[in-house]
Amino acid sequence: MTRLVENAAGRLVPAEINGTEAVPYKGVGKHAPTGRKAAPPIRSCNDYPLDGNKVTASLTEALQKAGLRDGLTISTHHHLRNGDFVAGAVFAAAAELGVKDLRWFPSASFPCHAGMIEHMENGVLHHIEGSMNGPLGDYCSKGKMRGMAVLRSHGGRYQAVQDGEVHIDIAVIAAPTADPFGNATGDRGPTACGLLGFALADSEYADHVIAVTDNLVPFPCIPWQIQGNNVDQVVVMDSIGDSSQIVSGTTQITKSPDRLLIAELTARFCDEAGIITDGFSFQAGAGGTSLSFAIFLRDMMRARNIKARFVRGGSNKYLVDMLEEGLTDYILDGQTFDLDGVRSMRENPGHVNTSPFTSYNWHGKGNFAGMLDVVVLGATEVDVDFNANVVTHSDGRLLHGIGGWQNCLFSKCTILPIPSFRDRIPVLVDRVTTLCGPGELVDVIVTERGIAINPQRRDLIEQLKGSSLPIRPIAEIKAEVEAIVGGQPQAPEFGEKVIAAIKWVDGTVIDCVRQTGG
Amino acid sequence: MASKHPVGAAGQQGPQVRSDCWIEVEPRQSGGLDISLQSKVAGMYGQSIEGLVGEGCRVMGLDHARVTVVDQGALPFVLAARLEAAVRRSGHEPAAPFLLPAADHCGYASRPGRLRRSRLYLPGNEPKFYPNAGLHGPDGVILDLEDSVAPGEKDAARCLVRNALRAVNFYGSERMVRINQGERGLDDLDWIIPHNVHLVLIPKVEDPGQVTAVDERIRAIASATGRGEPVLLMPIIESALGAWKAYEIAASCERVAALAIGLEDYTADIGTQRTAMGAESFWARCQVVNGAKAAGVQPIDTVFSDVSDTEGLIASCVEAKGLGFVGKGCIHPRQIAEVHRAFAPDEVEIAKATRIVLAFEEAEAKGLGVVSLGSKMIDAPVVKRAQTTVAMAREVGLLGDDWRDSREED
Repeated sequence: MTRLVENAAGRLVPAEINGTEAVPYKGVGKHAPTGRKAAPPIRSCNDYPLDGNKVTASLTEALQKAGLRDGLTISTHHHLRNGDFVAGAVFAAAAELGVKDLRWFPSASFPCHAGMIEHMENGVLHHIEGSMNGPLGDYCSKGKMRGMAVLRSHGGRYQAVQDGEVHIDIAVIAAPTADPFGNATGDRGPTACGLLGFALADSEYADHVIAVTDNLVPFPCIPWQIQGNNVDQVVVMDSIGDSSQIVSGTTQITKSPDRLLIAELTARFCDEAGIITDGFSFQAGAGGTSLSFAIFLRDMMRARNIKARFVRGGSNKYLVDMLEEGLTDYILDGQTFDLDGVRSMRENPGHVNTSPFTSYNWHGKGNFAGMLDVVVLGATEVDVDFNANVVTHSDGRLLHGIGGWQNCLFSKCTILPIPSFRDRIPVLVDRVTTLCGPGELVDVIVTERGIAINPQRRDLIEQLKGSSLPIRPIAEIKAEVEAIVGGQPQAPEFGEKVIAAIKWVDGTVIDCVRQTGG
Repeated sequence: MASKHPVGAAGQQGPQVRSDCWIEVEPRQSGGLDISLQSKVAGMYGQSIEGLVGEGCRVMGLDHARVTVVDQGALPFVLAARLEAAVRRSGHEPAAPFLLPAADHCGYASRPGRLRRSRLYLPGNEPKFYPNAGLHGPDGVILDLEDSVAPGEKDAARCLVRNALRAVNFYGSERMVRINQGERGLDDLDWIIPHNVHLVLIPKVEDPGQVTAVDERIRAIASATGRGEPVLLMPIIESALGAWKAYEIAASCERVAALAIGLEDYTADIGTQRTAMGAESFWARCQVVNGAKAAGVQPIDTVFSDVSDTEGLIASCVEAKGLGFVGKGCIHPRQIAEVHRAFAPDEVEIAKATRIVLAFEEAEAKGLGVVSLGSKMIDAPVVKRAQTTVAMAREVGLLGDDWRDSREED
């Protein structure tokens, strides 16, 4: 049985994770590790072909050359989102080679990775440390995975690698275009997906790096997002992904009138809070409501001739239109959500590649997230102290990864536009099922039934005095919702087993998820 | 044991269904209640749902039955409505209707002269649109029992609309119900009148007798239940004959607060099609405006049905306002703000009306019989129109409480 300790947020969390001691969450900004960063083993160019040709005939052979054996950690990345073929191919090859007990360290997982369940069932895969969505989330929630899942933010993943908390033995990077030396880019090729930023840490810190491409070009691959000097081998596959699935389904503007109302209220709030001024910056996540918020914002900017200095993506058609219309100087892109984003990245000098290192990394000498004037994010639950949950459903099932969500909370104004209930399930609760974001970093909740400002943000409360917006105490909105849905829900039933640890951005454990009952 | 009654079922099921449920009721001779529940919110509201079903069966005098609930996150008022509809369909005549306590927020009143710029249609048998409809700020919400409800679902829709009137907060919007035509429409009234419905829309009216029949039925229900006064009426003109008799219909009864036109049926009736220009309905729309005005009630225009065409909607509202209409039907919440903007007086109108009203008040204070502005004499009807404009501008927030002071400098 996992030994639990109470952390600074009052949550019981595992004292050790998969055999390694873990640090309980201490509070925002309280954890200050010392020492030196992890480093990859020393290599010499002497060990690599002088002509720069690192092509290996097959993925299986490349994995063998990389020294694949039982118990290693293999990383892959989610640039191809739900169209990724590479992670599946890696573990299929491992299964064929009879290797067992691997740890998969993806930057995120998608429903297309449901095949990993079979690898866990037959022992090839021991456990997963990454986001757990769809079928994988269900599998893990039922307590069927052998090890404990570890959910980290994009920035936290970089931190874990730099701290040596996660040692990557083999990184396999899906590369839409690469040359034989291993220089790689995501912005072109038949499976173009935009950025490869999530693979940056892996390319620098893993013991062994394999680039897998379906579009091998003669040296040099220009531009190179991944430097060939960090790459051990290059493998050519027929296809690394299904490009029709790379575009995320959540990048459509919502047609739901209720979500449009929430998006509009959010934009009006930003306006009345004085955020929308010349030279400001914003980030809106994927998802219909966030996208619609960006559209309302765009219309306000147009009407008043206001220009942003930069917007952070998730880039998509709408941000690209703003860039090309001159409504922003730059898109600082973290991942590319549609093909307009990919095109713009190739064509527009103002469309700039970023990575979790530049934007989110705890061990960076500063990062971009804190510079943003306003960030708009989703959540599955928010409690009366503004604590937020983004990984589990209200019944405790693992549902989403953390993504850049935790990292973005550090913006100057963090707004969560959320429906106050979904079907019958209240989103505003007394205590979030799983704590992912501390309330002190969540500034504003916008629901269709009113806007709640965190009482700690006296400046915002002062600024919005006399506003015509429906600003209300969060407890009052919550009470209204409970009257609609027929009272507070029964407490969900959980098993004893801890199935996942939730990391804070600094590597400490902020909460954990238990096996679901029934 | 062979069951005496057939199985009754009501609601919606399937993967696309949200915020609704499917309930089957099979009455039995003995054995008590056998409730089985499958719900996406079972872990959170399972006990609550089973409690509600048990209570409902007790209220309706159904002691022995198998009840199956397949729930997709239905709110309590929806579960109650589906259960009652299923029980009725099973052949068991309820000892009493299954009414949950009426919420305080359902008790507010309306008045004949209130703003009716926008009215948002909600399909009567589709629960998912109810809880948030009022948040979009329509002047009225219409719980529709007529065209949006399939013939086989009229009974289920009555339960649902009645329960919605008792449970859902429409946040100050006028609470309207569109009843069915003819005898069925009169029977609809039994279900809704005691539950603080503000206004009843009567479809396809072409004779004043249809309105007076509704009036009489409301009075009968009110005197039997002690509830149901005052209820306003909005007859809808949807045929050549109706248009011909617009004035008689508008003037047929004290309860009539507004007269609306519905163009889909009207154009079909005169054997033509709706066009963007609308020449085919010009006469009928003018007839409705004039009939309504002659009877002292509000003329209300038809719905604009292309949700994606915002420009078209605005143009249509501007035209309607020009003809004399004071409101428009909405089939999507995003139309509401545009409609309100279009029907609001513009800055020039407000400035002019303010000057006239101030001049009138000044003349009155001085005991003058004649109002003049500059060198111009102002007639009484002009003053009246200006007063209406100022009142509307104040109601929609375009003029503040201090409008007299702020305008004196002009």
